[in-house]
Amino acid sequence: MVQFNLPQNSKIEVGKYFKDNTNSKNLKKVNIYRWDPSTGKNPRIDTFEVDMDNCGPKVLDILFKIKNEIDPSLTFRRSCAHGVCGSCAMNIDGVNGLACIKSHTDIKGNLNIYPLPHLKVVKDLIGDLTNLYKQYESIQPWLKVDQTGQEKIELKQSQKDREKLDGYYECILCACCSTSCPSYWWNGEKYLGPAVLLQAYRWINDSRDGDKKERLKKVADELKLYRCHTIMNCTNSCPKGLNPAKAIGSIKKMLATS
Amino acid sequence: MENKNPLSPHLQIYKWQISSLLSITHRIIGVINFFAIILICSWVTLIIFGQNNYQVIFNIFNSTFGKFLIISLCWTFSFHILNELRHLIWDAGYGFDLKVAKITGVVALIGSFVLTILIYLLGRNFF
Repeated sequence: MVQFNLPQNSKIEVGKYFKDNTNSKNLKKVNIYRWDPSTGKNPRIDTFEVDMDNCGPKVLDILFKIKNEIDPSLTFRRSCAHGVCGSCAMNIDGVNGLACIKSHTDIKGNLNIYPLPHLKVVKDLIGDLTNLYKQYESIQPWLKVDQTGQEKIELKQSQKDREKLDGYYECILCACCSTSCPSYWWNGEKYLGPAVLLQAYRWINDSRDGDKKERLKKVADELKLYRCHTIMNCTNSCPKGLNPAKAIGSIKKMLATS
Repeated sequence: MENKNPLSPHLQIYKWQISSLLSITHRIIGVINFFAIILICSWVTLIIFGQNNYQVIFNIFNSTFGKFLIISLCWTFSFHILNELRHLIWDAGYGFDLKVAKITGVVALIGSFVLTILIYLLGRNFF
């Protein structure tokens, strides 16, 4: 049975309040989800008053400012800071996105930051994506060809066939889409989720791949694929502007017509 | 070993989108319609058993609550039909574009109210 409420150990409590000490007039209240595995306590929401006059334009800049100047124990993942690596995916103002490319000026009022939804929290804003990576591995995201490897023949692809991968190869696997999907929340163990299905479609659709039929057969499953009910939270949240819902729809259509 | 770490909040914090709101509405209304059809079928069956039954049902539907029920069901059926059309179009592989999906969603929602009014007027012999 689907559990809509949070389990007892995940109930969120009110945390600390960090008052501004710079006497700035331009303050923003930032509420951040915190959980420290070493304390054994429930997660909490800490509120930080941040001086916006001396802060960069993106949400990640705020996080860095807090970490550098207010609370160094704040934990989050980040790497490139340019929307390419997908490390800083989190729930910002109720919608998943990358902290590094999301402008905080777009958000009026207080800023709420949570980890990606419905994941086991590792610490603060870091969620455990092990399940997603396992599912990603299960679709075998690599080129499968009949060649033994001895031939060393170049695998050619026409420009037209290459264009079929546009909108799919750009995926950076930040998991914004999968963790925004209610179906994935309730059936995450079995349903592959938008990110992995978009990847599956990317390999099914690759003209160089020799395993298209097998791939389709593998994904054609009541739970793996058809838990998608076109809720479209995935497409709404994708920070790269891709369309996982369309990819899943295309797989369904392929299965219906083949 | 079972992971005892807390679960990050999901339904509690995620902002509703037009698409997700219509999706859950579609589902709830589907369940309502399921029971509504049973109701209508049993109504029809009861009429077979005589005029008295007809009178009872007539009285129920003629009450304020009955009228509210009927108009609500007109809306649920209208919405379900229109939103199901969206699903059909999606199944055919079209309309996945975010903008298009939003527009069709709003059209389905507004259309369901328009259709309800049309059915109401049709029932009142307005045309």
